[in-house]
Amino acid sequence: MSTAPLLSVQDLKVHFDVTRKGLFGGPKAVVKAVDGVTFDLRPGETLGLVGESGCGKSTLGRAVLRLLPATAGRVVWLGEDLHSLDHGEMQQKRRDMQIIFQDPLASLNPRMTVGQIIAEPLTVFNPNLSGAQVKERIRQMMAKVGLLPNQINRYPHEFSGGQAQRIGIARAMINSPKMIVCDEPVSALDVSIQAQIVNLLMDLQHEMGMSLIFISHNLSVVRHISHRVMVLYLGKVMEIADRDSIYANPLHPYTQALNSAVPIPDPDLEKQKDRIVLKGDLPSPLNPPSGCPFRTRCPRATEICAQIMPDLLPASSSHYVACHHAGPRD
Amino acid sequence: MTAILDVRNLSTSFSTPEGAVRAVNDVSFAIEAGETLGIVGESGSGKSQIFMSVMGLLAKNGRAQGSVQFKGKEILNLQVDELNKIRGVKMSMIFQDPMTSLNPYLSVKRQMTEVLETHRGMSQDAALTAAVDLLDIVQIPEARRRVHMFPHEFSGGMRQRVMIAMALLCQPELLIADEPTTALDVTVQAQILDLLGKLKRETGMAIALITHDLGVIAGLADRVMVMYAGEVAERANAGPLFKSPQHPYTQGLLRSMPRLDETRANRLQTIGGQPPNLQHLPDGCRFRDRCSYAFDRCAAEKPLLRTIAETRAKACHLEAL
Amino acid sequence: MAVADIAVGTVPEVKGRSLWADARHRFLRNKAAVASLIIFCLIVAACFLAPHLGLRAPDDINWELESWGPPNLELGYLLGTDANNRDLFVRTLYGGQVSLLVGFTATLVSLVIGVIWGATAGFIGGRVDGFMMRIVDILYSIPFIFFVIMLTVVFGRFITLIYVAIGAVSWLDMARIVRGQTISIRRREFIEAAEASGVSKWRIITRHIIPNCLGPVVVYVTLTVPNVILTESFISFLGMGVQEPDSSWGTLVSEAAVVMEIAPWAIIGTGGILAVTLLCLNFIGDGMRDALDPKDR
Repeated sequence: MSTAPLLSVQDLKVHFDVTRKGLFGGPKAVVKAVDGVTFDLRPGETLGLVGESGCGKSTLGRAVLRLLPATAGRVVWLGEDLHSLDHGEMQQKRRDMQIIFQDPLASLNPRMTVGQIIAEPLTVFNPNLSGAQVKERIRQMMAKVGLLPNQINRYPHEFSGGQAQRIGIARAMINSPKMIVCDEPVSALDVSIQAQIVNLLMDLQHEMGMSLIFISHNLSVVRHISHRVMVLYLGKVMEIADRDSIYANPLHPYTQALNSAVPIPDPDLEKQKDRIVLKGDLPSPLNPPSGCPFRTRCPRATEICAQIMPDLLPASSSHYVACHHAGPRD
Repeated sequence: MTAILDVRNLSTSFSTPEGAVRAVNDVSFAIEAGETLGIVGESGSGKSQIFMSVMGLLAKNGRAQGSVQFKGKEILNLQVDELNKIRGVKMSMIFQDPMTSLNPYLSVKRQMTEVLETHRGMSQDAALTAAVDLLDIVQIPEARRRVHMFPHEFSGGMRQRVMIAMALLCQPELLIADEPTTALDVTVQAQILDLLGKLKRETGMAIALITHDLGVIAGLADRVMVMYAGEVAERANAGPLFKSPQHPYTQGLLRSMPRLDETRANRLQTIGGQPPNLQHLPDGCRFRDRCSYAFDRCAAEKPLLRTIAETRAKACHLEAL
Repeated sequence: MAVADIAVGTVPEVKGRSLWADARHRFLRNKAAVASLIIFCLIVAACFLAPHLGLRAPDDINWELESWGPPNLELGYLLGTDANNRDLFVRTLYGGQVSLLVGFTATLVSLVIGVIWGATAGFIGGRVDGFMMRIVDILYSIPFIFFVIMLTVVFGRFITLIYVAIGAVSWLDMARIVRGQTISIRRREFIEAAEASGVSKWRIITRHIIPNCLGPVVVYVTLTVPNVILTESFISFLGMGVQEPDSSWGTLVSEAAVVMEIAPWAIIGTGGILAVTLLCLNFIGDGMRDALDPKDR
């Protein structure tokens, strides 16, 4: 099996200019949503992207697909930098990279039937297919994602949230892409339905072999579905490691705080838990702290943390952490 | 000891163009003084509508029937001016989205002191001091300065704390928290849950904690009530419920959640089917379409909530799971 | 029954219930709107089928009656006669053809231009949007009556003139509305999904944006038609539109107004039909707005 990366993101930065437009121009204000992120994605692997509000995970997902422009850095897909391609070339690449959204109903055009929605990416890239062939492929796809094919003429609002998400998945999969960015795909669903969708995604990945970038704030689900996990905070990578490694032995204080914050459905364990409660609130992305962005809430912060942003350094061959005081929880 | 809140046979219906929808169907429960009752359910369970009925906050097309007693006094469908003596004063509610619950045009100080002056008859100065003290209790840093700010100047977590502070202004005996941490980041959620735990210990007030997150319930609740399709599926003390759930729905919920403290399974165990459509419910047991234990009796006869142990009740024909 | 057991293609397809169908249901439950729709259709039918109803011709002069005579039911003059002893009621029906035709065609023109202009400006955004909307602003600032008078001076008095003038002005509002709608829709996730699927910009505009704008657009169209009819009436009232022997509701009202004191039935009749038509259109427009209101979802 080839282990050459499918996707190689190199020092990616996505900055938004939010300068207030006064009569003579306001003070320059920039939101550094993604500020120097580097990682690889291998074929068939799921990379979990975790972090809280403002960490840039959704922006990162979209920048990887070039749905947002990159301010700096490279997104190398099968050897080519996506952000240097012209419009036509990029459109061709879209066949192999897709996205699933958080709000299933909002991501479906309310005026199109299920069949039309799933058919669209197919007909864009295969204009020569006959109507009957298209319909056949759609019905097969619907069955594969757990929808009754005879619902093909229904409209999105006639489905429940979980079913609507299956439609979104069918649309993303219809061209058998090599990579799918899943932006919080189960967060808006009932707990009992979340499990169904997670199982579905894993089954489809097993069968079709695509890579997933799974963005979520739900650490339990991320642990279940991912092979590797990357933790973001205010646009920077805090830690990235194999799944087992990062959950069993998190080395970054932020990852440790995240892990301990997740409530466990067991009253005894919960009451005994020595939860790390971070002080303070997330800093404003307009004015991130100097040096390490996490230092304002970090229990281990010292002077050096304010002066120098720590590099992402290997703690082992598959475990990288960006912290001056990385180490197991005290 | 009279329960703080005693709900009997509460049913709430909404009239829609497609017919009447019963969001809450014949629900009975009680909350004792100082206890925290967790109410768990997903969409269509009716968990929020129970308390909207209790607080008299139903939408125009909603009607509630049954009996709701607050410390022995009947409050369901009470006149608004009578109800206002209790709600916001003895019984407060906090919601999922603090941004829409706080008036964006008024400063926090104004919103808080108004309540204190009206309900507790305080003078302006006394009210301001009390407001700042409360903000301190909910751990808003620099409370003295921040009390003059506006809601949009606070972050999500802090707004939620302001809302908790406002709910506590009149020292309520019952706090109803409707998905208080669902919209918050997990580290902020940890802070709020910590705060609620602290308030619970220090003030001894009763809390009705409504959520879909069983983890949140595990940390705070003394007793738990699991709702499905507008009815109570199971009721128990927190420990026994989590250790040995007796209703297939509760068991299904617990099993379908991946847990950080357990070894990773290869596949999640799911509850099949779709969330209940309140306008098209199956005969007999409402859960039977999705239940892996369903048998003949489940379709023929609807299971009533029955007591199976001193503090446990369930609505299921099975003897034991 | 497990999904895998269902052979693909053997179970009959379920018909979907589109949002338009929902809106249609809601509209049909609105009694005022439905009644208005019926009345409006009757008026339109009466006006356009007038030549086939066995009525007198509109330019038929009856020398035996007086001018501006009262309604004469035995002879069938429902609104009496006009200044030239012609049947005022028939002239009102024929005049309705002109007014309604202007209403529909000018609105159609404004719809097509306005929707394409607004959707394109809203979707492309940036400088192109700024440029396109500045043109709209400039055209907005031209005083309408000046414009019509100029056209009259240059081209003389023709009906087509009215169509052009009104069409040239009505599309501006439509463009603004559609642009606003487009901007709010552009941010929605299904647009992002279409972009990610490789759908071309033009197809996004036509298949995704425009169908979702149509709610407010449909409402606006039903409210533009009465505006246009009123505008045409105004132009004709001032003497710059339709010319003899043709009539439009505007010219008829204009003539009847002069003799209001001696022949009040004339203005009541002609003005009344105009007013009822406009009222019906407004009720229909309101009904559509209520039917399409997403808050009902």
